Amino acid sequence: MRSNNGSNRTLKMAALGTLLFLHLPMFIIILYAFTTDESTYSFPLPGFTTKWFSVALQRQDLWQALLLSVKVASVATLAAMVLGTLAAAAVYRSNFFGRDAISFLLVLPIALPGIVTGIALRSAIGALDIPFSFWTIVIGHATFCVVTVYNNVLARFRRSSNSLIEASMDLGANAFQTFRYVVLPNIGTALLAGGMLAFALSFDEVIVTTFTAGQQTTLPVWIFSQLTRPRDRPVTNVVALFVIAITLGPIYLAQKLTADSADAGESKE
Amino acid sequence: MSNEQTAVLFSKVCRYFGDVKAVDSVDMEIREGEFFSLLGPSGSGKTTSLRLIAGFDRPSSGNILLYGQDVSDLPPYERSVNTVFQDYALFPHMTIGENIAYGLMIKKVAKAERENRVTEMLNLVQLTGMEKRKPSQLSGGQRQRVALARALINNPKVLLLDEPLGALDLKLRQQMQVELKSLQKRVGITFIFVTHDQEEALTMSDRIAVFNQGKIEQVGSPAEIYEHPATEFVAGFVGTSNLIRGERAKRISGSDATFSIRPEKIHLTTPLEEGPDVIYADGSIRDVVYLGLYTRYLVELDGGGDLVVVEQNLHTTSMDVTLLKGKRVHLSWKKHHMRPIGG
Repeated sequence: MRSNNGSNRTLKMAALGTLLFLHLPMFIIILYAFTTDESTYSFPLPGFTTKWFSVALQRQDLWQALLLSVKVASVATLAAMVLGTLAAAAVYRSNFFGRDAISFLLVLPIALPGIVTGIALRSAIGALDIPFSFWTIVIGHATFCVVTVYNNVLARFRRSSNSLIEASMDLGANAFQTFRYVVLPNIGTALLAGGMLAFALSFDEVIVTTFTAGQQTTLPVWIFSQLTRPRDRPVTNVVALFVIAITLGPIYLAQKLTADSADAGESKE
Repeated sequence: MSNEQTAVLFSKVCRYFGDVKAVDSVDMEIREGEFFSLLGPSGSGKTTSLRLIAGFDRPSSGNILLYGQDVSDLPPYERSVNTVFQDYALFPHMTIGENIAYGLMIKKVAKAERENRVTEMLNLVQLTGMEKRKPSQLSGGQRQRVALARALINNPKVLLLDEPLGALDLKLRQQMQVELKSLQKRVGITFIFVTHDQEEALTMSDRIAVFNQGKIEQVGSPAEIYEHPATEFVAGFVGTSNLIRGERAKRISGSDATFSIRPEKIHLTTPLEEGPDVIYADGSIRDVVYLGLYTRYLVELDGGGDLVVVEQNLHTTSMDVTLLKGKRVHLSWKKHHMRPIGG
């Protein structure tokens, strides 16, 4: 028993160390959002202030960037939810030539380095003569958002009983009713979880955005540009705090949703 | 029986999957109100036939008639048949009550009426008061009953059951066999029951269709199927059978037709008294399997060939029967228990 306790402690220390390594940088950002020093990271803090929050709130360019990011993420997520679900349904329900390749192709945009996806999109957009706009950013983001929805929904399809759809039809429901009463409620949480991940992905995307945006600046791109202006560094930290707050919610919810349904799935059999 | 209406009629029904003839020109008539089993090994076409009746699949050619109406091309939701699935297919996000009421909800039956009918069905399948539970909270046997209730609430003309007892353990399965049969008698609905378990089919059915390689080998009552197997396949698949053919058949019975004889009809420890209708064969016991209620012997005949013999352990113990291994035996059976195949 004693040796067990000992190894338990080592394990706990290792776990703590890993968590610190992962999350300490975030605490530094949060800490320096409240510093009185405008350009350097000195420790301990020379003083504590919340004035950077009001400075940030008054920056018009920041608000525009934030609004654009939310809009892009929302539209890209919506597109990803529709396309991802359709792709998952097609791959799950039917057997066609090249079905296995589809999964691979869908994962590619997120698996490839962002810079490759970015260049590819930029040349495609250029070749098709599409003016750079809000929509080109959305298209860029949707390419890698689809896969998160696709993966989640496909996994749910695979875990639910094959005959649910047949059972619904057998009981008199047509295709639309079956989708409404059986399919949608069953993939609902997976769809939501995938959507939230997609939103979080889109919301902090920098590389693909720089290639597909015209004059517009999304929030992450704005933060990136701030790095060259060391005077307002605490403002950047404040904005980073916002981003953490906005993305943390969806990711937490997504985790919870998939975890809950995983439990339900286990108790099923 | 003959004046009863035809519930389901298969007329030259085929279903091909590529080169595989899953159902190969099947003609079959299922009468109203009967408990009809489709029996066969896996891949014999019995489940495909059931799916064709349900409408989950369409025949490649031929017609399926439901009470005289050709339903070959109707989608499942336009046929008045309901299915109990092998894995029950209960909707996991709905309560038991909502599951059972699903068909009525789709038909837009008023809520109060729905609730009354659900209560009625739950009483019928002995799950009174369970409507608020979720499928994940029920045992296998209970889910089975919910699946039944969910199908029966729609008053289908025909109820299709796709190996519904396969996932249950032996005790529960035997109990459900009895319950299903009595339920079928009470509601009076035609049951079409798919199974690969010959004992299950013999226990429950009014009539059985034995499937093999996409074709029907024989249709008949359990007694007919068991006692007068029409083909070698039926003789071997339903129960155990000894097939006697060719030279041996000629030597024993004077005819070179193929005969089947059930292992329990052969006397081993206490031979029959000699008579004109008694047949004898000598051999030695090669193998003994003690199975509690009865013992199975494998006897090698002197003239060549093996016979399986089953005897109840009325007076013998496991010690006694094991000692018989290797001993000489004098087998005997009544001539009329030797059934010519197809006769």
